Amino acid sequence: MAQTTGTHGEPDLRPAGLRGVAADFSSDQRAFKTASWGKAMMWIFLLSDTFVFGCFLIAYMTARMSTPVAWPNPSEVFALHIGGQDVPLILIAIMTFVLISSSGTMAMAVNFGYRRERHRTAMLMLLTALLGACFVGMQAFEWTKLITEGVRPWENPWGAAQFGSTFFMITGFHGTHVTIGVIFLLIVARKVWRGDFDEERRGFFTSRRGRYEAVEIMGLYWHFVDLVWVFIFAFFYLW
Amino acid sequence: MVEIPSGSAGAIPSAEVEDVELYHPKSWWTKYVFSQDAKIIAVQYSVTAISIGLVALVLSWLMRLQLAFPGYFAFIDADHYYQFITMHGMIMVIYLLTALFLGGFGNYLIPLMVGARDMVFPYANMLSYWIYLLAVLILAAGFFAPGGPTGAGWTLYPPQAVLSGTPGGKDWGILLMLSSLIVFIIGFTLGGLNYVVTVLQGRARGMTLMRMPLTVWGIFTATVMALLAFPALFVACVMMLFDRLLGTSFFMPAIVEMGEQLQHGGGSPILFQHLFWFFGHPEVYIVALPAFGIVSDLISTHARKNIFGYRMMVWAIVIIGALSFIVWAHHMYVSGMNPAFGFFFATTTLIIAIPTAIKVYNWVLTLWRGDIHLTLPMLFALAFIVTFVNGGLTGLFLGNVVVDVPLSDTMFVVAHFHMVMGVAPILVIFGAICHWYPKVTGRMLNETLGQIHFWTTFLGTYAIFFPMHYLGLLGVPRRYFEMGETAFVPPSAHTLNIFITVMALIVGAAQMVFLFNLVWSLFRGREAGGNPWRATTLEWQTPQTPPAHGNWGKELPVVYRWAYDYSVPGAAEDFIPQTVPADGGVTREVPA
Ligand code: HEM
Ligand SMILES: [Cu+2]
Repeated sequence: MAQTTGTHGEPDLRPAGLRGVAADFSSDQRAFKTASWGKAMMWIFLLSDTFVFGCFLIAYMTARMSTPVAWPNPSEVFALHIGGQDVPLILIAIMTFVLISSSGTMAMAVNFGYRRERHRTAMLMLLTALLGACFVGMQAFEWTKLITEGVRPWENPWGAAQFGSTFFMITGFHGTHVTIGVIFLLIVARKVWRGDFDEERRGFFTSRRGRYEAVEIMGLYWHFVDLVWVFIFAFFYLW
Repeated sequence: MVEIPSGSAGAIPSAEVEDVELYHPKSWWTKYVFSQDAKIIAVQYSVTAISIGLVALVLSWLMRLQLAFPGYFAFIDADHYYQFITMHGMIMVIYLLTALFLGGFGNYLIPLMVGARDMVFPYANMLSYWIYLLAVLILAAGFFAPGGPTGAGWTLYPPQAVLSGTPGGKDWGILLMLSSLIVFIIGFTLGGLNYVVTVLQGRARGMTLMRMPLTVWGIFTATVMALLAFPALFVACVMMLFDRLLGTSFFMPAIVEMGEQLQHGGGSPILFQHLFWFFGHPEVYIVALPAFGIVSDLISTHARKNIFGYRMMVWAIVIIGALSFIVWAHHMYVSGMNPAFGFFFATTTLIIAIPTAIKVYNWVLTLWRGDIHLTLPMLFALAFIVTFVNGGLTGLFLGNVVVDVPLSDTMFVVAHFHMVMGVAPILVIFGAICHWYPKVTGRMLNETLGQIHFWTTFLGTYAIFFPMHYLGLLGVPRRYFEMGETAFVPPSAHTLNIFITVMALIVGAAQMVFLFNLVWSLFRGREAGGNPWRATTLEWQTPQTPPAHGNWGKELPVVYRWAYDYSVPGAAEDFIPQTVPADGGVTREVPA
């Protein structure tokens, strides 16, 4: 690292090792030398959003541990009746599979975006959006099932009322994130398809040039929403 | 000793990011109203914050009138008193101080001080203001809603906040308050991300982190904290909204209201307190850190001396910011939580006093043998130190469990937090307005009016809040509509209450002088020129005053030195702006 040259073509005199890291971080212009403004902003937003989800999950754990009434048994509550048998967690397994797959297609979209293959990028983003929409659809199905069985935010037939409240609140909040993601995927996919990023067409409100980086920033958000789901899945369905 | 390469050996690298193209306003509306210029957004934020702050000021008069002359003002009944307290506290802390420091000063100063053309995402920045305005309107709607605003206290503790005994609990009040907070947090996030990314990624060539003025450090750290603390309040508000609207029981235990068993059960009110104070304590520092930063710059500039221990000051800000996330339960000593927690939180609380004390020493040492100019900003800065030390010392009392338990919920607490997070930051705001007004408007504030305002405010607030310590020690409780005939409160306490109220009214009147000064000087003030205080930081080196859209001319500034080159030996002037290249003798080291 000490051997690299600076941007201005002179030998770099910055120190190596940890001191080098500190020197880089505190240097002028940018603290993160490889991150654009948009990416840095998304990362910091995700950090803040992590705290939101963290608070929701901690509140859920507190409620679950401190409520005086027994908590409903997740593997019974979330089972589907298929072929005369109760299959525990089957729906949620499919949902999780769909969402994780969508992260895969998203990653491919980012890759093709950087190769400037706009039609492939757009198609993969559409596929991601489709998988996301499937996820939300299945979530709607699960909500409907639970509601017909009598689960309400304020009560349910099997135990602590907080079960319904936390379930609807947290999966609802996550589902909203997925839905917003789907909407933005569609918007960005349209721009990619139209070639906005190849022509560096300016944004209507911002008058900034469009860049393929938007695909990657979108991807950051999408992977984050996936990651959060893994935690919700573990704490809600497996605990 | 860490050497800062000050431009020697061509150490200023070339630009890493191409110059941005700004949004060009297409009409009057996009130029002045829906402006994407951080400086205009800053003024919009400030005017809105100060306007709603005036409402909170008027509420404080009404409360004081009631406390001094109980029964005299028929229109203030107990319900109204609680509503006034709640709205006063919430407006002051969130809608005035947070919005003004971060949205107002942050927007104006960050791009200018780090040498950027604007915030990194001006459009999101503009949205941030309009969402904030919406939050303010929702909050103010509480005054006109059926049942009036909520009277739950600014802490909004459930279960009482959503029960019918509390004003607004079963009406619109609490709903509007919670919605307004949620909207505020969304708006703030849009702005806050901008401030953080601008500081991290949008600085000028040569502007290293350790050359940033402390103002930027303070606002930056406070914004990061806000981005991590507001989520807890957001979650708490959403959950309480559900408790109230959907009948969930997140915070509601089994409870009997007016002889009637409610549908709630199994929830935890303590959970709310944890969420609230996980936000609430950092919030204290969210308003204090920008004040710390700004006051450091005011002192250094007006004492014509480099800030003492710059590096220490930076690290103290960062350490205070980090520690303030693990002290929240010192607000909950009487909540019945596990006593072992009390020990932990008392310890962390007292540890924060160390970096804080370092800062105070450094301010005083900066003044030591400085060339002190008693300008308005300097007067306010000095007043801040005195007030902050006072509030900080009582904080040490309250941080200890055994001392806090008897003092909790007395006027002693009211005195403490008004000193430390009410009056002290407000004094810095006044100082900062006096300091940067010439940059914003191109004119100086009127000195005589300024002096009248300063002395009345400084001495007046002391007269208001200092005696409250004594009232608290007597045992006069906080949030009481009237004391009635209480054996342990001597009649002299009532006389004292009248004195405090008279002072509060005088201080309130003095604020009108200040507002008048702001308007009057806009038209009649002396022309200021570009750099009236002969200051070093970048915002004073702009080609125009007030700075044009885009801040700098064709070329972005290049920074060669730290922000505190005052009275450098051998230099021709007693200040060297950050944009002046190093020459021989005046390259300097930053003492570690
Ligand atoms: C001249 C200025 C001010 C006066 C006369 C004043 C007066 C008062 C009074 C009388 C109370 C109620 C005390 C009680 O009965 O419990 C109060 C509460 C409060 N004030 Fe102020 N205040 C002033 C400025 C401020 C400022 C600048 C802040 C900003 C932090 C602030 C924050 C609060 C808070 C957070 C509460 C607690 C509300 C509650 O108990 O829910 N005040 N103030
Ligand atoms: Cu605290």
